Amino acid sequence: MKYFDLVIIGAGAAGLAAAVEAHDNGIRSILLLEKDKYLGGILLQCIHNGFGLQEFKEELSGPEYAQRFVDQIASRGIETRVNSMVVDITRDLQVHYSSLEEGYVVVQAKAIICATGCSERTRGSIATPGTRPSGVLTAGLAQRYMNIDGYMVGRRIFILGSGDIGLIMARRLTLEGAKVLGVAEIMPTTSGLTRNIVQCLNDYGIPLYLHHTVKEIIGRDRVEKVVICPVDDNLQFIEGREMTFDVDTVLLSVGLLPNNPLLEKIGIALHPRSKGPLVDTNLQTSIPGIFACGNGLFVHDLVDKVSSEGRRAGRNAAAYIKGTMEAATEEFKVPAVGGEGHTLPEEGKFICIVCPRGCHLSVDKDFKVCGNSCPRGEAYALNEVKNPTRTITSTVAIDGCELCRLPVMTSSPIPKGMIFSVMEEIGKVRAKVPVHINDVIIPNVLGTGSDIIATRNILK
Amino acid sequence: MYDVIIVGAGVIGATIARNLSRYSLRTLIIEKNSDVGDETSCANSAIVHAGYDPHPGTLKAELNYPGHLMFSQLCKELDIELKRIGSLTISTSEEESAKLRELYDYGIQNGCEVEIIGQQRLREMEPFVTKKAVEALWAPTAGIINPFELVVALMENAMDNGVELRLEEKITGIAKETGGFMVTTDKGEYEARVVINCAGVASGEINNMVSDKKETIRPRKGEYYVLDHFPAPYVTHTLFSVPSSKGKGVLVSPTTHGNYLIGPSSEFTDSAEDKGTDAPTLKNIVEQAYRLVDEIPMQYVIREFSGLRAYHDSGDFVINSPVPGFINMLGIQSPGLASSPAIGEKAVKMVGELLPLQEKAGWNPRRRPLYRVNTLPVEKRQALIATNPDFGQMVCRCEQVTKGEVVDCIRRNCGARSIKGVKKRVRPGFGKCQGGFCEPLIMRILADELGRDENRINYSNRGSFILMEKTKGE
Repeated sequence: MKYFDLVIIGAGAAGLAAAVEAHDNGIRSILLLEKDKYLGGILLQCIHNGFGLQEFKEELSGPEYAQRFVDQIASRGIETRVNSMVVDITRDLQVHYSSLEEGYVVVQAKAIICATGCSERTRGSIATPGTRPSGVLTAGLAQRYMNIDGYMVGRRIFILGSGDIGLIMARRLTLEGAKVLGVAEIMPTTSGLTRNIVQCLNDYGIPLYLHHTVKEIIGRDRVEKVVICPVDDNLQFIEGREMTFDVDTVLLSVGLLPNNPLLEKIGIALHPRSKGPLVDTNLQTSIPGIFACGNGLFVHDLVDKVSSEGRRAGRNAAAYIKGTMEAATEEFKVPAVGGEGHTLPEEGKFICIVCPRGCHLSVDKDFKVCGNSCPRGEAYALNEVKNPTRTITSTVAIDGCELCRLPVMTSSPIPKGMIFSVMEEIGKVRAKVPVHINDVIIPNVLGTGSDIIATRNILK
Repeated sequence: MYDVIIVGAGVIGATIARNLSRYSLRTLIIEKNSDVGDETSCANSAIVHAGYDPHPGTLKAELNYPGHLMFSQLCKELDIELKRIGSLTISTSEEESAKLRELYDYGIQNGCEVEIIGQQRLREMEPFVTKKAVEALWAPTAGIINPFELVVALMENAMDNGVELRLEEKITGIAKETGGFMVTTDKGEYEARVVINCAGVASGEINNMVSDKKETIRPRKGEYYVLDHFPAPYVTHTLFSVPSSKGKGVLVSPTTHGNYLIGPSSEFTDSAEDKGTDAPTLKNIVEQAYRLVDEIPMQYVIREFSGLRAYHDSGDFVINSPVPGFINMLGIQSPGLASSPAIGEKAVKMVGELLPLQEKAGWNPRRRPLYRVNTLPVEKRQALIATNPDFGQMVCRCEQVTKGEVVDCIRRNCGARSIKGVKKRVRPGFGKCQGGFCEPLIMRILADELGRDENRINYSNRGSFILMEKTKGE
């Protein structure tokens, strides 16, 4: 048996931050376990930007955000294991993991942090009616197939649910040449971030059907059609108003659930709303020395908040190991995390994305802005009308390594009208290892003054 | 010239193939799907019924009880999961109790172990039974089985012993010739002395290709909910409603892997390909299930599915030979799975009346056991990993499956060729994430093992591809 002071399960945003913070609080015997081949977790497939505004005061892509923490892990010399899946933890703080390199290992810890993330709700969990062809998949799985494995998951796609991953995938699929026919949301308001409604759907003219859901999936071997139907206030179908779309793929973006099979197995109760483990304000479960954080505790809206919570768990676990942790006085209160809950603007109006308020703006022919609540809204509206620009993220093929796609982005926003010509340029190049974050892959793409730069280190 | 061609590789076809593999016969089994056991045999209640339900004197009554006993040896030989957890048929009213007594009498006449137990004993045995329950029919020998493993194991063992399997071939014609039959498929022609029709829902059509006595098999659909396994205690026996004219009614039962099944519905459908589910039927299943239990943890629902039963208008199994040398297995619906070992024996007897049956030297009744890594004690697991590190690499978090097990299930006889094929054999994709995490890993292993690109890997049958072309730049 091996001994560590602290074992952290999962090297995604929460686990990485927890490890760094525990180290900075004086713990030197730390083992960080990751089931996948790379540190970083789901961030590695989130190649879009928008991460890190709170944490680093700049906008990063998922792989860049992960790399910042991986660098901190490396500079502190924290011990990590990849390809290592924890299969059991015990109430007396043993961790059993199985690994390609080490086989089956049992470790005795003084404290354990569970940072096991969440999983997507599936077709089965919402009982979507119809047949069982291939081509019905969760948005996150589609994201992995596209961004890591480099395959298209469909050509004509309908998306159920207005969760952020589905919206991000609507844009991603469109940029790669697929046709997204629409997004249906059963609730009367959107669940994803307003920014994503605007920049992933509106930019590409993808219709959003609020208060609609899938009534039937049709297809024998592969999806052939999907039937969408509006619902009433009790979420029951309004018969006779069905719409049928010829599609080969249905993506589901219908929510995430914390994933805690290890904690459930040892009898930790789950929070009735968040479905994560019950913890106290120290983020400690009912078993002393076992902590939980990140999307495994409850599903967060921003990764920055996950990192900050990971640090809190790391700090408390360090104090627990040193015997200095103050007793918690109450149960951890799971904050309410929901969408910004916007309705669709009327014809001719658009949503302001400067702040979460989401004003519905319009600009007349004399460039007079209406509907804004602040000057920033006015500036946004005028820019959107006169010279809209966007940051583009995508992948390019890479040779010489086991990974086949290198995530890239524009180094500065490009004119909105040039998105598809820039995508074509991105499709023409191949990169070669080694590549570092910020390496220029295409200089001054199409004379825009913006470079196409790498957003992940792929060294071998 | 084959001695025997079996049409359909479901549990009946595979059982007969395995039983015939004991003899010096040249046997071919033809299946239209990309995998064995892909129709009724993979979408049912997974119950080994004890045999009290069929009306005495029927073929179902004759074959169910002996068949269900034979599973003990069969499952040992072929390493198939079987748990004799017993079944409880729950009565909640005087009227149902009268029917329960009728079932008890059937059970006695059919030779089963059955007992009527009162409320108190029922509640001790099964604390999760509904408070409305007044008594129950207890059948201790009833069991649950892994039906996916069953068909695969039968077929693998049959192939180990020389049976040939052709997948993705659809029968288009059967013609009687001197001394046998010409069986035509969409891919070729095969001659055989004996043809056995085990085509399930399609067995009417197969019969009608060769026999003047036309038969109709009507597909009767059953929809189910599947619950994830969870640590808290729940139902530990198979709970049945008192049966009605439509079948055995809705059940609540654990599976061999600790999941729970709730269902099935029972409605005739026009299409032999109707595998869909619909909201009103599923809602009705849950209402029916509340006649058995007072609590259904619906937050653990991970899947819905439906299967088609092959219903013959007699309501019974129909095993006959309308043309000399052509043997029909018609209407093998519930308790078809439980009766299958006995049906297999009956089929061998019928073949023996047509062909000389000479036992083969070296027939091996055993298949190489599965690894079942997550059930091994730590030392054994470490020792296994020392022989091959693939047994250390986990590919499925929910069901704890290793890469080594996936590779093994592809390399065996009757090996997996699709995502669903791997799922049926070693379980990745059966858990809460429903493949969300493991599917790309399984696809990679299949692609490597089969020497294909990942976008040539199907979910199940041809045409059920998951990935399309590569993204730009490839």
